[in-house]
Amino acid sequence: MADKNVSMRTPLSRVKGLGAAGHGVEHWWVQRLTAVANVPLLIAFVIIVAALAGSNYARALAIVSHPLIAIILLLAVISVVNHMRLGMQVIIEDYVQDNGWRIVAVVANNFYTAVIGAACVFAILKVSLGRILL
Amino acid sequence: MSEAKSTPRPLSPHLQIYRWTWTMAMSVFHRATGTALYFGIALFAIWLVALAAGPRVFNAVQWFFGSPLGLLILFGYTWVLMHHMLGGIRHFIWDLGYGMEREQRIGMARFTLIASVALTLAIWVVAFTFF
Ligand code: HEM
Ligand code: HEM
Repeated sequence: MADKNVSMRTPLSRVKGLGAAGHGVEHWWVQRLTAVANVPLLIAFVIIVAALAGSNYARALAIVSHPLIAIILLLAVISVVNHMRLGMQVIIEDYVQDNGWRIVAVVANNFYTAVIGAACVFAILKVSLGRILL
Repeated sequence: MSEAKSTPRPLSPHLQIYRWTWTMAMSVFHRATGTALYFGIALFAIWLVALAAGPRVFNAVQWFFGSPLGLLILFGYTWVLMHHMLGGIRHFIWDLGYGMEREQRIGMARFTLIASVALTLAIWVVAFTFF
């Protein structure tokens, strides 16, 4: 009884391992799911970027706005943005000890990844839909 | 009712106590490359937004990526991406319960470094030869 660090959690809750917010397993699982999705998507991404190297505006526009390329890029952006958000949150939780700063960092992480995701999705949609509609 | 009690948490010595090993180095690399990719992806977002913005902005951004500094950044990003991808695949192997033996762990750690360099060089040779 010398241990003052008494937990409120039952042994069942401990073995279920969901963590205080109840999302521990989900976090781990979505990190893996997006990581698996990342493998083919980023291989495709590297090939697309290699094809884009040194392109002029017209050629770059033609490549990115192609429906198949646009869909691959959209999927890659969605998967990567979720993956990197979860990954950076783990890093923040490992290293940022102060409660206040940890919350600031986690919020900043969410904002940063949301901005990156929205900017990429908007730009891809603009050029690819522009090709059809304009 | 079950009794709720917590076990005292174990303490471990700090990082600099340990001798560097392949597995430790590649573990660090996975985290470092994940972080580099995290910030580097902003460059891709800028490139895409520039493409959506029109030829004038696009040409400026494309000029930067074609400059020696831009090419160096892209080359670095390719390597970091390949290293992180292979490191991630190594994690999948562990998640499935394989590759935990000492020799396998060290072998896979060496493989991530060597293969990531090889893949990066191959990608750039192909990109420069065919595009
Ligand atoms: C190429 C395919 C990719 C694969 C297979 C992959 C795989 C993984 C895996 C399995 C983890 C978890 C590692 C762990 O539990 O310790 C991870 C962590 C992470 N990934 Fe990825 N990833 C990929 C691409 C990316 C990209 C493109 C980014 C960023 C733009 C990224 C950012 C991160 C970050 C920030 C972490 C957290 C690192 C850590 O906790 O140490 N990953 N990745
Ligand atoms: C450059 C050295 C680094 C090493 C050895 C390293 C290795 C790693 C890896 C791969 C993880 C993820 C483990 C997991 O999947 O759960 C991790 C988490 C951690 N790292 Fe690092 N990372 C680097 C930077 C640092 C630094 C600079 C520190 C401390 C100053 C540090 C201390 C820790 C701690 C305490 C954790 C959390 C432990 C855990 O997740 O179980 N790391 N480190």
